[in-house]
Amino acid sequence: MRKLLIASLASLTLVAGAQASEHSGTYAFDKKGAHQFIMFKISHLGYSWLYGRFNDFDGEFVYDAANPGQSSVEVTVDTASVDSNHGERDKHLRSEDFLHTKEYPEASFKSKSVVVGDDGEEAEIIGDLTLRGITREVTLDAEMLGHGDDPWGGYRMGFEANTTLRLSDFGIPTDLGPASQTVEMIISVEGVRQ
Amino acid sequence: MHLRNSGKGFGLVMVFLHWLVAVAIFGLFGLGYYMVDLTYYDDWYQLAPDIHRSVGVLLFGIVLFRLGWRLADRLPAPLPNHSRFEIVAAHAAHWLLYILIFVASVSGYLISTADGSSIDVFNWFTLPSVTGRARDLETIVGDVHYWSTWALVALSLLHGLAAIKHHVIDKDDTLRRILFPPPGH
Repeated sequence: MRKLLIASLASLTLVAGAQASEHSGTYAFDKKGAHQFIMFKISHLGYSWLYGRFNDFDGEFVYDAANPGQSSVEVTVDTASVDSNHGERDKHLRSEDFLHTKEYPEASFKSKSVVVGDDGEEAEIIGDLTLRGITREVTLDAEMLGHGDDPWGGYRMGFEANTTLRLSDFGIPTDLGPASQTVEMIISVEGVRQ
Repeated sequence: MHLRNSGKGFGLVMVFLHWLVAVAIFGLFGLGYYMVDLTYYDDWYQLAPDIHRSVGVLLFGIVLFRLGWRLADRLPAPLPNHSRFEIVAAHAAHWLLYILIFVASVSGYLISTADGSSIDVFNWFTLPSVTGRARDLETIVGDVHYWSTWALVALSLLHGLAAIKHHVIDKDDTLRRILFPPPGH
């Protein structure tokens, strides 16, 4: 049912802008409350999934209720905060073999356009992802999860988006095998309206 | 042959420990240098680090014993032809070697245990983590391990070159003393 929100909000564009502006605004990620996650999963040898996450990142999105296609999002990630629950592996992931975090301490995503799906439930967020010094256009498949008043006087809105990245596209030199050429990224965030 | 040192020379225990530690240090350095560049599908990808960790833990125990032995035992007197500078420099190098072994061992241990996991020593015993999960610790101690092991090997080589210099140029007993314990008197 929550998926209907984008649809209903999209339909608001047809009515008066004043009504639609209720949810519009700039939302900062709830970094302090840690209601935000960037997870990744990559196949291990083709036999199982390895999950990890980036613990330290921040961002904000602008939601335009009247015209969701005009919404935007920006995220900045501290690449050294990579965490796969294994110290030696994390150290390896930070090295030149993977993220080379000393040279490229930051990854970022900046949206360029948002295409709301025909059914209005989901959207494609197209933007530039900079990782390991390489900037490429990627498309996030996003879904609005919900929004509304929180119990402490604020207003919150949450999204989850995912995309698949090819390691070699971003200059990661290590070959983890034929089943592990790509990594799936999952970003799940809650924003607090500013 | 004597187990303990005498005023003239090193005993069997110190000679044995010296060469055991020397072999272990260069072996660990070579293995470490080799293993970090192994590709994911290499047969040694897991085995080499397992051996490296296990030998490292055992080496640390041996060095602690050696340090205790050295502190408890007397040291042979410096050879009469050694200058004051040589004596002071040699002693400084020896203690710096001990310090570097200590730093290299502890930092290596901390890399492997920074996520709270323990080290399995040759399926013999398990050394638990003291830090528990410590975020980013593995990166910091990783740098310490890298530089301290390079420094250790470089200083060991200098130490060896100095011994060869005494043997070949000065033609004294410096190298011979650590190779052959003097016969009992």
